[in-house]
Amino acid sequence: MSPFLTDPLLIAIAAPLVLALAIALGLTKRWSVRLAYGAFSVPFLAALHVWWHYAAAPKMGGYAFLTRYSTGLDGLGIGLKLGLNGISLPLFVMAGIVGLAAGLYALQSQAERLKIYVMMLLIMQGGLMGVFASVDVFYIYFFHELALIPTFIMVGIWGGRDRSYAAMKMTIYLTVGAMISLVGLIALYVKSGAHTFDLIALRAHLAAHPLSVTLQHNIFGLLIFGFGILVSLWPLHTWAPLGYGAAPSANAMLHAGVLKKFGLYGLIQVAGPLLPAGAWHWAQPLAWVAVIGNILIVGLVTIAQRDLKQMIGYSSVMHMGYAFLGIAAGSALGVGGVVMMMVAHGLSVALLFMLATSIYHRTQSFAMDEMGGLAQPAPVLAACFVAATFASIGLPGFANFWGELMVFIALWKFAPLITILAVSGVVISAIYGLRSVARIFFGPATEQMKAVAAKHPPVDLRWSEKAPVLILLAALLFIGFWPKSMSQAINETLATMSFREPAAPTQALPR
Amino acid sequence: MNLEAVKLAAANNVWSAIFPEMMLGCIALLLLVLEMLLPPKHHEVIPDVAAAGLFGTLIGLIINWHPIWIGSETFNGLIRHTEAGQVMRGFFLTSALLVCLLARLTLRRQAMPRIEFYHIVLVVTAAMMLLAQSNHFVMLFVALETLTIGLYILVSYFRTSTASLEAGLKYLLMGALSSGMLLFGIVLLYGVAGNPTLPAQSTQPLHYPELARFLAANPHHFLASLGIVFILAGVAFKIGAFPFQIWVPDVYQGAPTPVTAFLAVASKGAGFAVLLALCGAHGVFSAYAWLTTPILTAMAAATILFGNIAALTQHNVKRLIGLSGVSHAGFLILGVVASQTVPMAVGAIYFYLFAYLIASFAVFGVMSHLAGADDSDQELEHYSGLAKDSPFLATVLAVGLGSLAGIPPLAGFMGKLFVLMAAFQSGARWLLAIAALGVVISIYYYFGWIKAAFFETWTPPAESGGAPARPARTSVAPSTGLLLGALALASIALGFYQGPWGEWLARP
Repeated sequence: MSPFLTDPLLIAIAAPLVLALAIALGLTKRWSVRLAYGAFSVPFLAALHVWWHYAAAPKMGGYAFLTRYSTGLDGLGIGLKLGLNGISLPLFVMAGIVGLAAGLYALQSQAERLKIYVMMLLIMQGGLMGVFASVDVFYIYFFHELALIPTFIMVGIWGGRDRSYAAMKMTIYLTVGAMISLVGLIALYVKSGAHTFDLIALRAHLAAHPLSVTLQHNIFGLLIFGFGILVSLWPLHTWAPLGYGAAPSANAMLHAGVLKKFGLYGLIQVAGPLLPAGAWHWAQPLAWVAVIGNILIVGLVTIAQRDLKQMIGYSSVMHMGYAFLGIAAGSALGVGGVVMMMVAHGLSVALLFMLATSIYHRTQSFAMDEMGGLAQPAPVLAACFVAATFASIGLPGFANFWGELMVFIALWKFAPLITILAVSGVVISAIYGLRSVARIFFGPATEQMKAVAAKHPPVDLRWSEKAPVLILLAALLFIGFWPKSMSQAINETLATMSFREPAAPTQALPR
Repeated sequence: MNLEAVKLAAANNVWSAIFPEMMLGCIALLLLVLEMLLPPKHHEVIPDVAAAGLFGTLIGLIINWHPIWIGSETFNGLIRHTEAGQVMRGFFLTSALLVCLLARLTLRRQAMPRIEFYHIVLVVTAAMMLLAQSNHFVMLFVALETLTIGLYILVSYFRTSTASLEAGLKYLLMGALSSGMLLFGIVLLYGVAGNPTLPAQSTQPLHYPELARFLAANPHHFLASLGIVFILAGVAFKIGAFPFQIWVPDVYQGAPTPVTAFLAVASKGAGFAVLLALCGAHGVFSAYAWLTTPILTAMAAATILFGNIAALTQHNVKRLIGLSGVSHAGFLILGVVASQTVPMAVGAIYFYLFAYLIASFAVFGVMSHLAGADDSDQELEHYSGLAKDSPFLATVLAVGLGSLAGIPPLAGFMGKLFVLMAAFQSGARWLLAIAALGVVISIYYYFGWIKAAFFETWTPPAESGGAPARPARTSVAPSTGLLLGALALASIALGFYQGPWGEWLARP
């Protein structure tokens, strides 16, 4: 058989994109929706398939499922090379899971112009699978941008308050970030002298001929600045809460959950291992910005939020701070923790955004001051939201716990003072998380809530909402109780990579 | 000159080498003959003849892509045939074909003679094709004047519209000025290179290789550098580079939309073909890189910044796309600067030009379709709600603008990427930073246009009885739809798969 048809990675990327193209060419609405169920399931199934087979799959250069397709740019060292290593596998799986949940939710939603909505979401999904399946740095970037375009249009058309402003602001910020990181990547390409974007070849080349220390500092600086904007590093984070607040929920799920991880992924997969001296140089400033800016300042801002969606948006900015801390800590343990955290955060923040919209449908408002007592009419919704909040705070039993724990342990070795500040951030997230639960679900209903309930009595989660919630919750709990399912692959790959500490890799991750 | 010399000179004429150009000339004449012979009710086939002729010539060119005279000079060194020349021939033929197809949309709304329009387009195209292959300043000047005079007429073609006439007059004045500067520069070089007291003086100082030999022997001659500066200024007028871009917004707004497209794409491409021949790695002026590189570098930076910043405040889409075209010229100059040291940059420029062609014509196609009776009155507000009325047109517009803005996965992004990669390799770091800044600024107005088409905004209810604010929207004819859809798909496909293009680009 042709390799096109048996490559699970290519199928996962192509299925949504092909359907999106078919919709653009004029597929009827009925068939668009029907086929979209399939197109969202295919990446999910492909993700489960590779997750199951990864351990036994033959690997080359640390990557399993390697295939390469030429697009005519071989002379420039650019080619669509697909494969998964221990860092990309967990994220690829997470993208498949969140994509299915977001897709199911979107297809059941009563959005206007559903066809275009689904088309945009399909483009996003295809791009996301491509980001994590690509071995070629150029294509990692390319697919990220591909997945980014729909965000602008979705926020602008289906968004909520301030959508036009939010869409523009988000686009400008993200373009700045993307352009800076593109310049950084081109610098890496030219200065490495390897004249290839193939990550395996680049790693081998740079291991043999490392760049000069100054160059490493400069290029890593460019990358951390560019990727930092994309991951909402303080103080360049303001696009994130605004954009997520305005974005339609399926888009917010995919963007906050999966797409935003691109910047971290780039730092872990590309920048860190290729420019170890640069990573060392920037570790201290990065850690301080992350802990003071992202965790403490944004954490306090989160507490002050009255709008549920804004609060989730800010909390996601805050959690990115922990990820930056793990990268700054730099050991295999810290970076492994970041990968775990990215997976867990992607699942939990998608769940929160989805549930926030479900709550909105029952309260007609995102203002938490105007809710209350929702647990009685909607106990399942309440239970799910509480679980999602616990996961987000990082309680044991959920995947987030392992990620944060590993980051903190690694951080203690790196800088104890920062660790203490960072741990106090957990208290902040507990405050806003639990307070939002209390405001929305418990206590007496407010006047506004009573008025809304009189007109539209709130109902519990419908099955169309339950299905995506269950998928996400199951994944969170599964990884929470059996972290080895992810950590083994992460561990194997990180053990082969030299991070900036030349010390022997440790058996750090929970086995 | 005696008869023997004439015979000797004629022996070098390979007429079949310029068969495509002659073909276009014949078709142009045929159109006029057909207009006389055919009864008026059959006149609508004449544009089809023009389009079919262009298409046939293009196919013939592709079939004969590698003729034996590639790499050699014909017509006593007036013309040099290169692979790049073939690429540019294809570029001009494609854009002329698209101009003819768009003109059918636009001319339909105007009561005026039509056949001459196609006639002039064909003649201008032939001139551009010769210009791109010229190897001699006389050839360059004759071809350039032929094309410019044709464009004077085309720009003011809507002679009942004051905007069009004003644009024609402005273009005439500016064009005459730039031709004068170009000619002055050529004459200076002719005089200097023919000076028998200087080393390596030549009896044929306008022949590119001879001139290059002379310049290499006199690398710091004052008069020669003055001539070069004048020639660069003349070319900069044609491509609309800073500080010679002042004519762009008015002329682009006043000209009929297909002519605007022709100016924006083909005329600019012709300018860059000349610029590459003069300032490229093995160009005529390569010995004067100490002079041309700083000039072009400064020009690229200023052009990118000026084009983008000036486009920010525009409300008329024709002015907007004109100024955005200025910034694209800046990117291309960046490529020319890089091409002096990095061989890949040449391929990058050609790729960029083709990506620009495809994307621009998609946008111009939508503009031509939506324009009303007054062709110069195309405001951003006219696009509000387009996505609701015609999702197809809105999608084509979004793809075209996205490609112009350089958004992956569209072809425009690949073009920008190649140019940026080449620029980095050539060491033009600051220029790279300015280019990145330019991209960010451009996002604002390109997306502002997309926003106008896609996002619903609250508009005050029209005063009852008042004329509708924007021209009525008509449904898209199948042929137009096919054309626009193909252009949009081509932008997407070329972004994902570069195939032979990429191989040609990366050749050593």
